[in-house]
Amino acid sequence: MIEPLKIEPTHKTPKVYFDPQNNMFELSGRSIPEDSVGFYKRVLDWIDEYSQKPNSKTEFKFELEYFNTSSSKNILELLKKLEKIHSDGNDVHITWYYDEDDEDMEETGEDYKALLSVPLELIMKVY
Amino acid sequence: MTYSYYKNMQLNNIIFVYQGEVTADLVSSILQMMENKLEGDGEDKKIKKKVFNVMVECLQNVYHHLDTLEVGANTDSDINDRTALLMIGKEEKDYYVITGNHIINSRITNLRDRLEKVNNCDKNELKALYQTILNDGELSEKGTAGLGMIDIARKSGQKLGYDFHPVNDKYSFFSLEAKVARV
Repeated sequence: MIEPLKIEPTHKTPKVYFDPQNNMFELSGRSIPEDSVGFYKRVLDWIDEYSQKPNSKTEFKFELEYFNTSSSKNILELLKKLEKIHSDGNDVHITWYYDEDDEDMEETGEDYKALLSVPLELIMKVY
Repeated sequence: MTYSYYKNMQLNNIIFVYQGEVTADLVSSILQMMENKLEGDGEDKKIKKKVFNVMVECLQNVYHHLDTLEVGANTDSDINDRTALLMIGKEEKDYYVITGNHIINSRITNLRDRLEKVNNCDKNELKALYQTILNDGELSEKGTAGLGMIDIARKSGQKLGYDFHPVNDKYSFFSLEAKVARV
């Protein structure tokens, strides 16, 4: 099985925790690097490898606080790769979390949902 | 002299101003400092997030633009630096983020068209435009997505202010102003 991908969060980049063995896939925190391509290359490459032999069910969690428009394109690429795993006949479920007072993050979740055919569930976090 | 700078900034509700070279580290530092300030001022979480988002896009926009700007004194009209103006203000009703930087005159028409288009869109049209460019647009070599202005307009919820001030036959000074309502 593919090795897990674990990247610690920084002030500008998100926490990445992809662990197929425990079926945990999480991208969380803030994603505001100037060079988003540099950061996401590793993430997208990993997903490419994972998609060769994915779990029968993939539960993917997005819990972002902030992200810049440069990251938004890379996040769409990531989601499209998950969509492909889904259309290949695997079970994929994506959850998009947003804070109850964060209408912008909710809207962005809606934007992605509108562009994709893979199941994407928006969940409001209440405090 | 110092007192007049102080009074002038106070009068114009300016809480932060920077003039000089813009590096990635500088942008990060400003964002961190302003985030701490918004936190310390006890600003509403929702407003704080919006202001932070708009600052990220505005400042990174300038950073990416300056990175593509060719500098060097080949002719008398050439500018010799990648300096910009970054300003953040807090008025009674709005926060505002103002950026100013040199732009090659040949790029003005395209930029003005894009800004006019964004300003003529209502909320739903901006959403549709964002989705279209997100889905169809290619990332540039710099990793910019062409979504910056639309994102700023969406999060601001107000028209973007802008101006092109002629500098010489080759350059103008482009300024952009984005507001975020405090209520």
